[in-house]
Amino acid sequence: MTVFAFYLFAALMIASGAFTIFARNPVHSVLWLILAFFNAAGLMIIVGAEFLAMLLVVVYVGAVAVLFLFVVMMLNIDFAEMRAGIMKNAPLGVAIAVILLAELVLGIGAYRAGALDLGTPDGSAAPLVGESNIESIGALLYSKYLFLFETAGIILLVAMIGAIVLTHRGTSNPRGQQDIAKQNARRPEDATRNVRPEIGQGVEL
Amino acid sequence: MTEFFISLGMDATWAFFVASLAGVLLIALPLMLAVAMVIYVDRKVWAAINLRRGPNVVGPFGLLQSFADGLKVFLQETIIPSASNKGIFLLAPIITFTVALLAWAVIPFDAGVVLADINVGLLYILAISSLSVYGVTMAGWASNSKYPFFSAMRAAAQMISYEVSIGFILVCVVLYAGTFNLSDIVEAQRGHGLGFINGYYFNLLLFPMWVMFFISSLAETQRVPFDLTEAESELVAGYQTEYSSMAFALFWLGEYANILLMCALNTLLFFGGWLPPVDWAPLYWVPGIIWFLLKTFFFFFMFSWVMATVPRYRYDQLMRLGWKVFLPISLLFVFLISGWLMITRYGGVA
Repeated sequence: MTVFAFYLFAALMIASGAFTIFARNPVHSVLWLILAFFNAAGLMIIVGAEFLAMLLVVVYVGAVAVLFLFVVMMLNIDFAEMRAGIMKNAPLGVAIAVILLAELVLGIGAYRAGALDLGTPDGSAAPLVGESNIESIGALLYSKYLFLFETAGIILLVAMIGAIVLTHRGTSNPRGQQDIAKQNARRPEDATRNVRPEIGQGVEL
Repeated sequence: MTEFFISLGMDATWAFFVASLAGVLLIALPLMLAVAMVIYVDRKVWAAINLRRGPNVVGPFGLLQSFADGLKVFLQETIIPSASNKGIFLLAPIITFTVALLAWAVIPFDAGVVLADINVGLLYILAISSLSVYGVTMAGWASNSKYPFFSAMRAAAQMISYEVSIGFILVCVVLYAGTFNLSDIVEAQRGHGLGFINGYYFNLLLFPMWVMFFISSLAETQRVPFDLTEAESELVAGYQTEYSSMAFALFWLGEYANILLMCALNTLLFFGGWLPPVDWAPLYWVPGIIWFLLKTFFFFFMFSWVMATVPRYRYDQLMRLGWKVFLPISLLFVFLISGWLMITRYGGVA
């Protein structure tokens, strides 16, 4: 059963990864990418990492991919122009692909050669029986890796402040600023007046 | 249920498979019936508040109105716009409907009556509810039409915004309950208020969270006053504009299944799920599922009530409420609740 599920998820994941690249329409690409995320979550559940699987779906499928889809849909990409540009950027793309492939080959080669001391799998990383993923991760994250965890938090904080600084227009700019309290405090009496003008007289504003 | 099928002489794998299938049918079919009935209830409540009669022609008191509507759309022709992206156009309602059913797998209807009793239940719900945006977004894009596309953009932005504060509200509940398992969260509410009230709503720190959760669930299911994705005065019918026949019906069913899910979540997280409102022995004679359904129905009534009485928000007001009001307040309450629990439950400042 588990073996069947593994091959199902793995095959679907590789297939959807391939379709992500080969799809002609960028929106289809993003949708295939989402399917790939899903199958990755399925694989994580098989190895017993259900917490990570759920986080993958919540964060990547639920937020990141939605923003991808959002941007790709809004851009309204011109396919003819994109195909014309492919030859211009081809050398760069090939160079990146070659570098990535070389890194993969080197990394796997080094690992196979035993030059890296990564430790032998002794089963200590397997999920503990009777303790949920969340408890194990929490216990590690807030004790052994507390410093790294807080560093990651600070990096995210810096990124957040950066995004705010880039988009903040400042209060000196009168355009686009709303004073919500002022809007809420506005009453009909402040804005309207009930008058009964004489015929032919009109109203003084 | 697996044991029952094993006792019939199946081997364990098959018994598990058959039991899961039976469980799925036992949840999905009554759910569809419930959806048909709550659509009727919704229209009746709305009509009563507007001093109208509502559906009253088909069947006694109009009870069969939803089935008549269902039969009508079933017999209609499915129209696929020639300029649409056909595959995604047809996939979108199917995804909406499937995702709306998926989340029910972890909802406990009574003690132990749950299809999948997993210990990341609440995260699973969060994950599945974040998927429901895809049905709307894909429908809007694939229709290749102006208003559905606007609606898809609005839906994507709105659902991401409110999911953030819903996430923090759920963290508050999880902090109090100490677990992500929905059944255990319900059990943790037994006698929570003054030692005899079952439910978190009586807690002064959690009551504001419940109010925010209720409003966020209105926004998450795109109900009035947050139904900007299908605001008929601006966007015709939003993402459903180009849909007809069963594809349209699937959106409808999915939408109401999602609303029922949110009502069930309100019940489970804050109002004690299948537990009676007060921890008093005679009340336990009523089966738990009755309490669960009563509470869920009460929240559905509140949804209808809001729909009939509150005018629609403006889009910038909706975004402001999500990001500038709910997010800071829920973050503050995560802070307050963890501090309070640290002092009272986990032994002081250490």
